[in-house]
Amino acid sequence: MDAILLQILNGLDKGSAYALIALGLTLIFGTLGVVNFAHGALFMIGAFCAVTLSRILTLSFTTIDPERTDFLGNPLKVETPYVESWFGPEIGTAIIDWSVPLAILFSIPIMAMVGLVMERGLIKYFYKRPHADQILVTFGLAIVLQEIIKYFFGANPIPTPAPPAFSGSFDFGALIGFDPNLIIYPYWRIVYFLFAGVIIGAVFAFLQFTTFGMVVRAGMADRQTVGLLGIDIDKRFTVMFAIAAIVAGLAGVMYAPINSPNYHMGMDFLVLSFVVVVVGGMGSLPGAVLAGFLLGILESFASMAQVVALLPGINQIIIYLVAIIILLTRPRGLMGRKGVMEN
Amino acid sequence: MTLIRKPLSRRSVLRAGAAGGALLATPTLLTSRAWAQGYLNEPTGSTVTLGFNVPQTGPYADEGADELRAYELAVEHLNGEGDGGMLGTFSSKALKGNGILGKKVEYVTGDTQTKSDAARASAKSMIEKDGAIMITGGSSSGVAVAVQALCQEAGVIFMAGLTHSNDTTGKDKRANGFRHFFNSYMSGAALAPVLKNAYGADRKAYHLTADYNWGYTTEQAVRESTEALGWDTVETVKTPLAATDFSAYITPVLQSDADVLVLNHYGGNMVNSLTNAVQFGLRDKVVNGKNFEIIVPLYSRLMAKGAGANVKGIFGSTNWHWSLQDEGSKAFVRSFGQKYGFPPSQAAHTCYVQALLYADACERAGTFNPCGVVEALEGFEFDGLGNGPTLYRAEDHQCFKDVLVVKGKENPSSEFDLLEIVEVTPVEQVTYAPDHPQFAGGALGSCNSGA
Amino acid sequence: MFGLDKKDTSLFFLVVVLVALAPFLLNPFPENSELAQFNAGYPDLMQRFLIFGIFAIGFNILFGLTGYLSFGHAAFLGVGSYAGVWMMKLLTMNVIPAIFMSVVFAGLFSLLVGYISLRRSGIYFSILTLAFAQMSFSLAYSVLTPITAGETGLQLALDDPRIIGVSAVDGSIPAANLFGLPMRESFELAMGGWLFTFNAGYYLCAVVMLAAFYVAIRIFRSPFGMMLRAVKSNQQRMNFTGVNSKPYTLAAFVISGMYAGLAGGLMVAMDPLAGAERMQWTASGEVVLMTILGGAGTLIGPVLGAGFIKYFENIFSKINDNVLYEWFSALPDGLADVLVFVIHPFIGKGWHLTLGIMFMLIVIFLPGGIMEGIERLGRLFSRKKKSETPSRAAPAPAE
Repeated sequence: MDAILLQILNGLDKGSAYALIALGLTLIFGTLGVVNFAHGALFMIGAFCAVTLSRILTLSFTTIDPERTDFLGNPLKVETPYVESWFGPEIGTAIIDWSVPLAILFSIPIMAMVGLVMERGLIKYFYKRPHADQILVTFGLAIVLQEIIKYFFGANPIPTPAPPAFSGSFDFGALIGFDPNLIIYPYWRIVYFLFAGVIIGAVFAFLQFTTFGMVVRAGMADRQTVGLLGIDIDKRFTVMFAIAAIVAGLAGVMYAPINSPNYHMGMDFLVLSFVVVVVGGMGSLPGAVLAGFLLGILESFASMAQVVALLPGINQIIIYLVAIIILLTRPRGLMGRKGVMEN
Repeated sequence: MTLIRKPLSRRSVLRAGAAGGALLATPTLLTSRAWAQGYLNEPTGSTVTLGFNVPQTGPYADEGADELRAYELAVEHLNGEGDGGMLGTFSSKALKGNGILGKKVEYVTGDTQTKSDAARASAKSMIEKDGAIMITGGSSSGVAVAVQALCQEAGVIFMAGLTHSNDTTGKDKRANGFRHFFNSYMSGAALAPVLKNAYGADRKAYHLTADYNWGYTTEQAVRESTEALGWDTVETVKTPLAATDFSAYITPVLQSDADVLVLNHYGGNMVNSLTNAVQFGLRDKVVNGKNFEIIVPLYSRLMAKGAGANVKGIFGSTNWHWSLQDEGSKAFVRSFGQKYGFPPSQAAHTCYVQALLYADACERAGTFNPCGVVEALEGFEFDGLGNGPTLYRAEDHQCFKDVLVVKGKENPSSEFDLLEIVEVTPVEQVTYAPDHPQFAGGALGSCNSGA
Repeated sequence: MFGLDKKDTSLFFLVVVLVALAPFLLNPFPENSELAQFNAGYPDLMQRFLIFGIFAIGFNILFGLTGYLSFGHAAFLGVGSYAGVWMMKLLTMNVIPAIFMSVVFAGLFSLLVGYISLRRSGIYFSILTLAFAQMSFSLAYSVLTPITAGETGLQLALDDPRIIGVSAVDGSIPAANLFGLPMRESFELAMGGWLFTFNAGYYLCAVVMLAAFYVAIRIFRSPFGMMLRAVKSNQQRMNFTGVNSKPYTLAAFVISGMYAGLAGGLMVAMDPLAGAERMQWTASGEVVLMTILGGAGTLIGPVLGAGFIKYFENIFSKINDNVLYEWFSALPDGLADVLVFVIHPFIGKGWHLTLGIMFMLIVIFLPGGIMEGIERLGRLFSRKKKSETPSRAAPAPAE
């Protein structure tokens, strides 16, 4: 029982990342009708916003310590971050430790800029082009973006720890009445799950309860009519693209402490998130979120030793297998509408 | 147009002959057989070309970049530039700093992409287009095994870079291929006694293993050597190569009665699984009255950096570390550090040494002919290259030398100072019979000079 | 001629001539010149051009004609490769059985995948094929290691049975051959400063590729091809007129799967190793890129696209700073440093960046791929065609 509960927790966690990326993809697809293969790269850039901020906070000046020597036997150069010398070591270290949460604020304007530039500079010329061209050009863009990151940050993963206050784990099981020490879960993963919930809720609330959101939803359903009503739907769609970029970026920032960011993490998520979107049903926002959590949980269950012993290799293919089964039984995914991307 | 561009010796003599023979074109027709008075890509000009095939894109690109730096340094030293590095400490004095056999060393580079297909394509282009006489490098066993087989077929020497799977010199060994790096068996044999001393003989181990060839051999090696010293293996679970989040594999560990977790992972897998394991509080856990421990059988400093503070206090093994204090290591760290500003990785070390060993073998054999080189390397005993007295065993072309057991450092003084050496396991303890079951199957075959 | 109309005949002969003379055409620079770095006329790369050309031609039969975008074609190439290596391990080093069984196995596998995937269309079809291919890759890399050798790739060993042939010759694995002619065998021709290599394996690939190309032309021009185009333009209308389109699309799917298998078989015939990475989604994506870059729906475009990508992969990745400094050795040091600094991110380990930029430029400015570029150039030079309505080189591939 507790094993299953733990895997559900794991699944929710993984599912949050899938759901956030899939949500952004669906926003872009549903509003602009563009298949964005560079979405994984946006997730990756988000994670590197966290890395960049911690690099900025640890910008240092060099002093030479003649007492100690480096590996070549020369006097050791000691690097002291400016932040520490300005605010004193205690506060300075605390600021550096909190760089990931601070990066949330840092990343929002950056991701919005990246999104706007991408949409205005490139994507808008591809609205009328075939989806295959959109895939190709955004795929090219994804390669370019990740190579740029690699050029500046290298290919190795870069450790980006959570603040000390969140870096431990706690006894989740004891909290809800299980025996102690059975269900232990890291704080940060709970934070990630809650954070994802807040973001998803905020996006839905924005679409549901604001005039802006209403217009966008109307545009998703019938772009032409909304245009005929004299509403500049294009401008609103551009904003939606930026919002989708921010969602992907935030997903990346918060993911950095879970897995050390590297330049190809976007590509690792890209294929999975497309499967998620399609399983959820192209163009359906609730479908994307639902499928994200569903596949995350199933993937976790399939990794259990008992399951793998029964079906060797199932943990490798579960997502694809589920995708095939769902698409064969529900032709348009879980919540897809008729006529989207079918011919 | 300069003539120094490429040292395609076989091709250059040919073009000298053809261009000199007639002003424009008296076509000269050659077949690979007709050329076979010597051997494939025989250097006949004043230079010799080596092929450095390292990962330049993909997850191991940083490791590949470090290998390339080491090769460039080796070429400098072979050609008598720079401070000579380990040439001064190498027990064999055949190399004189005037290139190899008097020919200036030049090189071409390629990208393995850490894919066996791409690695073979790039090695082939070096052999066919650039006339490389030897291929070296790589950062994974899949690539090493694939390129080794290619070099055997084509008839050039392959000096493996970083490859740790038993199979490279086990079931997939080839006469033209040589490995200086240590292997899974040696990691297990070196780690087990240290682990027993540190953690006791009564331990229950849980293995998470990368689901591919290298993972299998490492799991087997560590399991067999720890079980021999009294440990129990509670469970072994395979994890997909593509996995990035290991939480679903870590949580069952919490619920088993295991008190040791062995992570048979490398590269990004290792960084993520170790980070996840620490996040889940495994290291703060007490099971069966003992502190829970984590072990990473194959350490690499570059990867340890990716895992950050999580490596502290965690045992593993490594082929070489820059903090070693023998003369060879010191000389190498000095010249590498002066040129690039930071200490070399173990991948850089093994590649540098392989380049030197190849050059030295050519000098001693008096020829570049792969069959002569194979003969010179087989059973060759040397010292002064950072690992103490070393033997290139003739039966399987594996180097036998001391193995380092290391531990993540508690208080690193710099971003390079992540590991501390716990023990230098003497070579006798990691030596095995050539027909050891973990290396069973396969045969060297006979050397191929491409003639 | 050969049942082709005049235009197709001349195209076919153009391809024959290009392929036959490729060892000359791809080595335009003398051996000792700085530009020899850009020569592509060595056997391995020339073979790759043709093999990936076959792969792309086959993919184009499905995608270019029916508009079904498969994201899993690399799986068929992989299955073909494995079948080919197993034939060489079990039967003989003669390449004919290996190539034949590659095509058969790829055909059977594509029949299975196609039968299931073609129940859906559009992006749902793409994801189904992607799912099958990724499953094949993941399993081949891990659980199926006994059959596929997983990470290290399936390769030959000295103790393979090889029932018809021999296990080993003087302690070496025998070379892949065509009735005794080793695929590695090459003639080299030196003329002036040039060196040209004529490789037996390359010419085998050439013959197979020309046959595959010929068959593709015939399919494009046949009633069957018309039917496939009808599927693309409006499948519903077809169904309403009482035609069941599924057998046609399935046939196209299997044919293109067999082309992929043929490519896989040739690959192991040239280089007897089958790696699991051949089946990864990136490999499937690569053939999609080749086809679209070259010009989907055109006859020769996919081959050009294949050549373009393979050229970048093999030539640009090998340029390093050292080479750059030699190129600029005539310039003053400071200037050379600046040039190397500027070019450095784009070569060697940065070849992916260059490739990504090229993708974007081509897609942005040449929607019909390289073929559109050639057509535009052609129009630039022959003014008389100007009055004709410019037909788009690539009919827009349906999504």
